[in-house]
Amino acid sequence: MPDHTTQPQFYRRLFLNTLTLSAFTFGGGYVIITLMKKRFIDQEHWLNENDMLDLTAIAQSAPGAIAVNASILVGYRLAGWRGAAVALMGTILPPLVILSLAALVYTQLITNPWVVWILKGMQIGVAAVIADVVITMVHHVLNHRRALQIVLMLVSFGAAVALNVNVMLIILASGVIGALWLKQAPVLEDVE
Amino acid sequence: MIYLELFLSFFQVGLFSIGGGYAALPLIQNQVVTQHAWLTVSEFADVVTLSQMTPGPISLNAATFVGTRVGGALGAIIATAGVVTPSVIIVMILAAIYVKFKGHHLLEGILGGLRPAVVGLIGSAALGLIILALFGETGLASGLGSIDLKALCLMVVAFIILRKYQLNAILVMSVCGMIGAVLYGLI
Repeated sequence: MPDHTTQPQFYRRLFLNTLTLSAFTFGGGYVIITLMKKRFIDQEHWLNENDMLDLTAIAQSAPGAIAVNASILVGYRLAGWRGAAVALMGTILPPLVILSLAALVYTQLITNPWVVWILKGMQIGVAAVIADVVITMVHHVLNHRRALQIVLMLVSFGAAVALNVNVMLIILASGVIGALWLKQAPVLEDVE
Repeated sequence: MIYLELFLSFFQVGLFSIGGGYAALPLIQNQVVTQHAWLTVSEFADVVTLSQMTPGPISLNAATFVGTRVGGALGAIIATAGVVTPSVIIVMILAAIYVKFKGHHLLEGILGGLRPAVVGLIGSAALGLIILALFGETGLASGLGSIDLKALCLMVVAFIILRKYQLNAILVMSVCGMIGAVLYGLI
């Protein structure tokens, strides 16, 4: 892992990146994961796809909001506890500021039709963004050509969508299955 | 001591909301409505609505809202600190373990199982968001005919632009918001 902290204004960029991502995380924790993938992998080249999936799995396994956990993990992975602190600040500031202001005028806000329409449009944009990222991630799994991983992906998807299985149970089961049947495998290389 | 109560209440919310997202809702309600009466049930419902309209995790949003109501700006900061403290401690421990043992064959096996599962889970979240955007809150229960054609057109265009030109995701979302206001407000 190269040392990114020597890049010019690294901490400033980490802070501004997490701040922007947090300010646009509409629609739940997995949305920030897809935004992080686009920003930290595709644009900044700070992480690779496997790093991001590992951090997501850890973020999901720990208590608390995925967005907060994932930010701490990305910061820590890039620059230790200092990076974690910077990323955490960037992530909690937008909800803190926005909700403090919104708490004052919330009745006007939740009944304003224009706000509702803009949010409806953004919801559509979020759906397009997450669909785009998921397709890239699915390609990535398929490219490894490992049957067990493809089955795990499909079963997790099906279990979450159709059977409404608890997410923690899915994470736990796939970790155990991986530990039992994938440990002899060579370390997965990035197919990019 | 209101600040200490705020911190401890939201600390518990942060510690016990495992699984993310709406898993935290009943915990928050228990703390702020049932145990402390900081909000009424209908105010709590408003916080949930507000949280869907603003960015950020519901637990942080609720912490800021309740904190502001009960103890002003300082209350908001303390409640937010309370809700993220358990995450910070536990995630840092897990991160240290991950960094230390990365490359070990057992951990690589576990991660080899987790990575595709995470892709599946993100895929399920994607499907949920697509259905929500196209069919509204009732989802597919109201039948395929209830599809929102304006939403479908905008989503397809946004998707093609993202795939083809790799435009900034936040820019695409913001433009979609503006187009949404035009599509739903003016047309």
